[in-house]
Amino acid sequence: MLRYTEDHEWIKLEGDTGTVGISPHAVEQLGDIVFIELPEVGASVNKGAAAAVFESVKAASEIYSPASGKITDVNSGMLEDLTAITAENAMDNWIFKIKINDETDLDGLMDEEKYNAMIS
Amino acid sequence: METLKTPLYDFHIDNGGRMVAFAGWDMPVQYTSGIKAEHIATRRSCGLFDVSHMAQITLEGAGAEALLEKLTPTDVGAITEGRVRYSLFLNADGGILDDLMIARINNSLQLVVNAGRAKHDTAHLRGYLDTNTVMFVLENQALLALQGPASSTVLENLGLNLNGFTFMQIRQFELLGSAVTITRSGYTGEDGFEISVPAVDAVRFAEALLSDDNVVLAGLGARDTLRMEAGLPLWGHELDESTTPVEAGLRFALSKRRCDKADFPGASRIINELTNMPKRQLVGLLPEGGRPVREGTELLHNGQRVGHISSGGFSPSLNRPAALGFVAVPLAAAGTMLAADNRGKQTPIAVAALPLVPHRYFRGKKT
Repeated sequence: MLRYTEDHEWIKLEGDTGTVGISPHAVEQLGDIVFIELPEVGASVNKGAAAAVFESVKAASEIYSPASGKITDVNSGMLEDLTAITAENAMDNWIFKIKINDETDLDGLMDEEKYNAMIS
Repeated sequence: METLKTPLYDFHIDNGGRMVAFAGWDMPVQYTSGIKAEHIATRRSCGLFDVSHMAQITLEGAGAEALLEKLTPTDVGAITEGRVRYSLFLNADGGILDDLMIARINNSLQLVVNAGRAKHDTAHLRGYLDTNTVMFVLENQALLALQGPASSTVLENLGLNLNGFTFMQIRQFELLGSAVTITRSGYTGEDGFEISVPAVDAVRFAEALLSDDNVVLAGLGARDTLRMEAGLPLWGHELDESTTPVEAGLRFALSKRRCDKADFPGASRIINELTNMPKRQLVGLLPEGGRPVREGTELLHNGQRVGHISSGGFSPSLNRPAALGFVAVPLAAAGTMLAADNRGKQTPIAVAALPLVPHRYFRGKKT
């Protein structure tokens, strides 16, 4: 199941683990990324709370967790080359994985069709 | 409020410009290659910026000089034909109402002021107009900034003779079949030119300049990172009505004759600061680590608030975060370590001399 938030995060749910990234649109809007702060593995986060930070030349953008749960993995490979994430590969460049407490956290999120309608 | 469009609006869209609202104008913040690439291209070769949002104003008549001297600390009488000076509109407390360029050409004074202050500045000037002075706002002129070490070559490739034309000069040229007014100046710290062209010619000029392989389109994002590295202040960030020229590192904009006579707005405070040092000073700042420190962040020393970040972001030339800010004078020396209070998290940040990247203006061939 793939869902999007209004803040341009995506979450792919497999079992009780969600893989979270940001949309191609978000990557495009950010522009050149100069700094990324990832969450700590094992940290508990609430739905809607800032879990990661992406800083571009112009501004800082917080990445909000689409669901409440515990961080199980982070994509630290992302920190080696901040220019690697592009609009083309944004759906493969996940940021963190989260073991979610309650699947109903995703109920209000958008599917791909609704999300694409929102950004068009 | 509807945003204004420069004569190059469609050109920006056609060239992949990402448009944002800036000071009431719809302007490109970047093109497809992005802020870092546009910035680096400008430092290495040449960037082309649309700066038509800035207001171009002409003052003519016997009273023009005296009018500007009432409002600025500039020896306007000493600006000879073909010369350009950086100047400031000051309030009675010595605070900065705006910064501007004053040039003399064809016996008129040409002003360029910030887009966001254009309304204020024209009203301010109008309030002092007398029957000896006429003011025109040049609404049908576009302004193109060509900036970077290759910019003179680009203009020479189009047939311009730049002999003897050096930094902070203004001259009329015949270029691409039109009469244009060019100043050798800019807002990047590089050699460069600002080209005032009739609005109807703007696209034709931009296309001709862009057709040179040295030239890359650059947006407001790169303009901001370039001027920050060059330590050039921006009104609303480094400059405002409570900041004096001495605090902002603009002593060079205070003409000697005007200081001797102390006859400009705010002269007593400004001259006192010149003699006894101001309380705070604009400095460069280099935060430790990779995370940029943004505008408004407080600066601490031994837990005490000693200043703030006025412009903060990333320096593509230094490939690290960098900022401008004001700090209390005893702590303004390069190398002083402070802490930036980033939402409760303290980042060590070093005071650095300005400019962060050396200026490379063309002041004439060394003999």
